[in-house]
Amino acid sequence: MSLREKGAITGVGETAYSRESGRSVLSLQLEASLKAIEDAGLKPTDIDGVIPYASGVVAEDFITNLGLPDLRFSAVTPLGGASCVAAVQCAVAAIAAGICNHVLIPVGRNGASQGRIGMRVQQMPQFRVVGEFEMPLGAIAPAQLYAPMARRHMELYGTTSRQLGEIAVSTRANAMLNGNAVMTKPMTIEDHQASRMISDPFRLFDCSLESDGSCAIVVSGVERARDLRKPPVVVMGVAEGHPDSPSVITQRPDMTRFGLAKAAPRAFEMAGVKHDDIDVAEIYDCFTFVVMCQLEDLGFCKKGEGGPFVESGAIRLGGKLPVNTHGGLLSQAHMVGMNHIAELVRQLRGEAGKAQVRDAEIGLVTGYGDMGDGSVAIMRRG
Amino acid sequence: MSATGTYNKLVPEPTPHSAPYWEGLNRGKLLLQKCGGCGEIRHYPRPMCPSCHSMEVEWVEASGRGVIHSWTITHHAFHPGVRDDLPYTLATVDLEEGVRMLAQLRGVPDDKLRIGLPVRVEFETVKEGLTLPYLVPGEPA
Repeated sequence: MSLREKGAITGVGETAYSRESGRSVLSLQLEASLKAIEDAGLKPTDIDGVIPYASGVVAEDFITNLGLPDLRFSAVTPLGGASCVAAVQCAVAAIAAGICNHVLIPVGRNGASQGRIGMRVQQMPQFRVVGEFEMPLGAIAPAQLYAPMARRHMELYGTTSRQLGEIAVSTRANAMLNGNAVMTKPMTIEDHQASRMISDPFRLFDCSLESDGSCAIVVSGVERARDLRKPPVVVMGVAEGHPDSPSVITQRPDMTRFGLAKAAPRAFEMAGVKHDDIDVAEIYDCFTFVVMCQLEDLGFCKKGEGGPFVESGAIRLGGKLPVNTHGGLLSQAHMVGMNHIAELVRQLRGEAGKAQVRDAEIGLVTGYGDMGDGSVAIMRRG
Repeated sequence: MSATGTYNKLVPEPTPHSAPYWEGLNRGKLLLQKCGGCGEIRHYPRPMCPSCHSMEVEWVEASGRGVIHSWTITHHAFHPGVRDDLPYTLATVDLEEGVRMLAQLRGVPDDKLRIGLPVRVEFETVKEGLTLPYLVPGEPA
């Protein structure tokens, strides 16, 4: 059995994104969840599956607060930033197996106001190996752990900081069109080049935001989805992939290749589409380089050609492959990529406002997490 | 070593699988796991050989010689304990034994960094019971 066209995203909900919500993570997630359920035209009591994000909030919290009478399915997908799209795969699998009908997937955090990412990762079990063998040597935060991948790409392929900057600039321009983005000032390549060095080659503007807020989606069986309030966004293909040496980048045979490189062919095959069929792509962007490397791993350009690809303007609105039309983690908010899924749904419904890609029918969304976990979903307007 | 004797950086928590590695560093040796079943060398320390699934292990001393695979130069203090070290270079190194290590690299100007640059391992006791490796320029092979 394939998961092809077995599930659809039927509802999306987002809180306001900010640097200080002043609220609990649970209350943020409940607000986004209610919005997603309402967007789908469902009642909270229709939810019979939930996949919480590893944020201290658990399935029981949703049963208790939403008043779910009979939750039949719960799971977690601990792939860091690849968790959200991996959760879509998990939800569609549970639905296809007949376990449940409507799965709520909430993400929320006070990432800016409570516990910055650089410090938080030390407590995460996925970082245990790095925690023992690399953090004591001064390699502490993702920016430092990922930077050698970017540096090697630059040395092998001639990739430049300005090419990375094009991703930051393009993403910022898109955020300016979004009414719910934390970053609201324009950015030029010169601004990017003048931003302070964090861990070479990553400058400040190569790094994603730390944000407060929540985003949630509802995944439903494709048959039931047709009867709901909004046009369904059908999951055509979905996959997760784990890189070689998944716990440490240092030991990875090819450190310029993510787990996504394994997942992408599976998702394209399942969906039965080609790269030219993709009208819009929401690509996980914890760092600018991570976007470039994923464009290669997805097959939109060859390995090593990500720099010229983005420099050509391909990822701009109006370009060959508009990317992160909402402003991404770099400029909208760091919502672990659930905001990428929400944006793809809006694009495929034609609800993306000023950032709408004309006639967008098929789109793609990825996740990237921890030391290179990958996930990808290809969706179409239903 | 800190002049005041207070060490405020992150410290490792060795496991039964890694204790010989950390004890080796304390004796000025870089020890690698060699599979007792098939002889494959692996790093970082862990309980099982992914090739033959043997959990028998012997520890062999690495030559300490290698070449740079990649690097980053850190300018931001992600932990209070590294503030006085900024900026510092972290190098990923291909060891002669076929595995990699990561450590701070000293004595190489930023504009001389390149893939393939020979380096070798040195050791520094940073606090009672904790010796860490670092890298310095090495002789070409």
